[in-house]
Amino acid sequence: MPASEAAQVVETIFFNLASTVTDGVASARMLKRSYADRWRPLPTRKEAILAESDTPAEPTRRDFLLHAAGAFGVVGVAAAAWPFIDQMNPDASTRALASVEVDISGVKPGQAVTIMWRGKPVVIRNRTEKEVEEGKAVKLEDLKDPLARNANGDANADATDANRAAAGKENILVMTKVCTHLGCIPLDESGEFGGWFCPCHGSQYDTAGRIRKGPAPENLPIPPYAFISDSKIRIG
Amino acid sequence: MSGHSTYVPKTALGKWFEARLPVVRLLHDTAVSYPTPRNLNALWTFGGILAMMLVVQIVTGIVLAMHYAADSTVAFRSVESIMRDVNWGWLIRYLHANGASMFFIAVYVHIFRGLYYGSYKPPREILWILGVIIYLLMMAAAFMGYVLPWGQMSFWGATVITNFFTALPIVGQPIQTLLIGGFSVDNATLNRFFSLHYLLPFLIAGVVVLHVWALHVVGQNNPLGIDVKSDKDTVPFTPYATSKDLMWIVLFMIFYGWFVFYQPNFLGHPDNYIEANPLATPAHIVPEWYFLPFYAILRAIDFNLGPIDSKLGGVLAMFGAIAVLAFLPWLDTSKVRSGRFRPIFKVAFWLFGLNALFLGFLGSVKTDDIIMGFQAVVWAKLSTLYYFLYFLVILPVLGYIEKPKPLPVSINDAILAKSAPSSVH
Amino acid sequence: MTAKMIRWAAAAFAAGIALTSSIAVAQEAAVEYPLLKPTRQEWSFAGIFGHYDQAQLQRGYQVYKEVCSACHSMKLVKFRNLADEGGPGFTEDAVKVLASTYSIQDGPNDAGEMFERPRLPSDAFPSPFANDNAARAANGGALPPDMSLLAKARAVHRGFPWFVFDMFWPYQEQGPDYIVSLLTGYQDPPEGVTVPEGTYYNPHFINGISLRMPPPLDNDVVQYSDGTPQTKEQYAKDVSAFLMWAAEPHLDARKALGFKVMLFLIVFAGILYFVKRQVWRDVAH
Repeated sequence: MPASEAAQVVETIFFNLASTVTDGVASARMLKRSYADRWRPLPTRKEAILAESDTPAEPTRRDFLLHAAGAFGVVGVAAAAWPFIDQMNPDASTRALASVEVDISGVKPGQAVTIMWRGKPVVIRNRTEKEVEEGKAVKLEDLKDPLARNANGDANADATDANRAAAGKENILVMTKVCTHLGCIPLDESGEFGGWFCPCHGSQYDTAGRIRKGPAPENLPIPPYAFISDSKIRIG
Repeated sequence: MSGHSTYVPKTALGKWFEARLPVVRLLHDTAVSYPTPRNLNALWTFGGILAMMLVVQIVTGIVLAMHYAADSTVAFRSVESIMRDVNWGWLIRYLHANGASMFFIAVYVHIFRGLYYGSYKPPREILWILGVIIYLLMMAAAFMGYVLPWGQMSFWGATVITNFFTALPIVGQPIQTLLIGGFSVDNATLNRFFSLHYLLPFLIAGVVVLHVWALHVVGQNNPLGIDVKSDKDTVPFTPYATSKDLMWIVLFMIFYGWFVFYQPNFLGHPDNYIEANPLATPAHIVPEWYFLPFYAILRAIDFNLGPIDSKLGGVLAMFGAIAVLAFLPWLDTSKVRSGRFRPIFKVAFWLFGLNALFLGFLGSVKTDDIIMGFQAVVWAKLSTLYYFLYFLVILPVLGYIEKPKPLPVSINDAILAKSAPSSVH
Repeated sequence: MTAKMIRWAAAAFAAGIALTSSIAVAQEAAVEYPLLKPTRQEWSFAGIFGHYDQAQLQRGYQVYKEVCSACHSMKLVKFRNLADEGGPGFTEDAVKVLASTYSIQDGPNDAGEMFERPRLPSDAFPSPFANDNAARAANGGALPPDMSLLAKARAVHRGFPWFVFDMFWPYQEQGPDYIVSLLTGYQDPPEGVTVPEGTYYNPHFINGISLRMPPPLDNDVVQYSDGTPQTKEQYAKDVSAFLMWAAEPHLDARKALGFKVMLFLIVFAGILYFVKRQVWRDVAH
């Protein structure tokens, strides 16, 4: 959730809380007045001074004070809450590992290498010509999810084989190997479509990692990556 | 929780709820309509401050536990990763570490307020004893918490304190082995201390509920130490006590913030930034400041007393110094509660306070340091003697020989006398 | 009642003062290490508005890298920290280049073998020795302490009554003060004093009269590029500042946040004071 959205939610919650608090203070004030009445006859020093110098009640000032105190309390609590929420976000050492570099010079056609990126397996597959052909042959209207799901391209791009494969290297396919259904790891080179098969609930992906059958709603996502050299990829 | 309830649910939902779970009534009677003496001074706000500190410690502690690893090989490192990498980790850890000290500062003010105004006397004995139990639990929680960063002071503090038990004849050694789960303080010790450190605050919270319950049964003491006679003596808790408590809580937060933001390591020990090393004892082991008076008492007993050797004697004296508090309601024989009306008690009390501070100082120096011409251990013996004299001789005897000043008829009368125009200027 | 309280407090205070002065006198007589208290330095990061001097941290890192790191590890500091806010202010690219000049063992690879690779910004500073025993063996039995937390792990006791005053006028720079004094405090032992073989006399050392570390700094041992004087004293100050940052990397953020929080709390307390006064105005107490 973006920070601005979170801030808005927090704001709404605290505005509601604030009005509850001020209501509570108001009723406490009523209670106080009834107690104060009971003491009216007492000749206290303060009362004597007040009677001479002051008008009995100054509701505007009192209201201002209570509202100011309430507002400060709400702002203080809200501000103090943030560090306790934000501490649950990834820490600096986790964020520092956000990118990894992989050498793929040893990955021959028909082979794949799986590495960990942000705690998830990312598969880099050097596809055979047959696999590429199969991928290209699929008609867009046969696809369950028509979007490319490629973080390196247009968000609305079609799920063509070219839009899924690496730019300029149609044999290289880089994907996060996490089933879009409920997060299991699909098996390589298996399933009816020669691509990936998820053993948990039977989702089937084709040779371009597109969902073809089963409960998964989306194609396997393609993380941001770039070729630093012909044989080196930086993911993230 | 006591007496007649003034709560009347106003809304339909309120009535529906009230018929099924009268928790709103409980809160109303406890924190709104509860009658509180009119003449309470600022020292009475420390109960509220302590409640706040307990919440702060539990909240920051739960958060720290999300990032801390209780394994002797990584504990030190995990604390440092909290300080360096976790978002706001430095803030939360400094809040927790300094929070422990603030908790003790507040509890000492609270205890000494009770001692001066005789808050332990009938009918508040149970209230007082529950307080002593909370204090004991706090000490246990603080000690085990201090072990968790697994620095040099953590390790050697744990070693020294668990060795207290070896002072007991025959059963001592097996008990110590059982407590630390090995032949020396190690991973097993760290793990169980973490578990217990997480548990104890909730036990404290439970006893605090009993403490507050007992308070609401017998009512608050007050600076005059006399009973509440009529409605004129009291004001409702809300808004009177709440407005005052809130102000003092925020003032206390300023004091707390001063340490957290500008001198977060003032109350700690530099050696605890060195990872635990079982092969090297620091040159000078000292506990956290709040244990120093008891540490001084422990070290004061360096002589054998009949069958009791100096080691057992020191441990007994130290635990006795805490245990004696539980018997205080029966040791103080005076019928008058507030020290304000007891001229001789007043002197003894302030001497006791100074003596406690001095014991704290003695706990922080080496026993053979020369203080005012004598070794520190000599002063520690004298101070320990006065500590016990105060409870075991002075308080019991004073009740019989002291002539208290006349007590006011009621709180209301006393306030009127004070604020009458004739007494001003 | 208040008058009496005040009188008692005054009496207690007077007694405290009397106690204080006598204790201070007595303590001077006791032999304690270090023989000489650290000299107090001016630090940009001291005080309520304190913050690190970026150029000084960069120079300090240079001194650490060229001198200290030959023996002292810094296991808790990562290269990426050099680019963190409130730190020496390296650029991310500079950090990357710097880190890659050191290698680290990684693995095992697919063949099951460990291999060396260049360090990444997420890797820690390299340690000069493989382990503590190797470090001891190479340094005559003494372990050069890890420097990650050194500036917070050393503080010379100021004693009563100074620690009471320090509570109100914060003094949290004992660590860097001590390190500066130690680094510049080497001297010949006074007549009649002999130091153990292989150690160097230093009256500022916290744990005895001499230590195994030879004087590490001298004029002109490190080339500064910004025209800062290349003196032993300057090196000592710069590296101490760097060590303080290494031990307390969020100091800038802490003090900046602290100012806002304190201001907020003071205003809030003021408002609550007036609320309280309003609430109690009809009731004598």
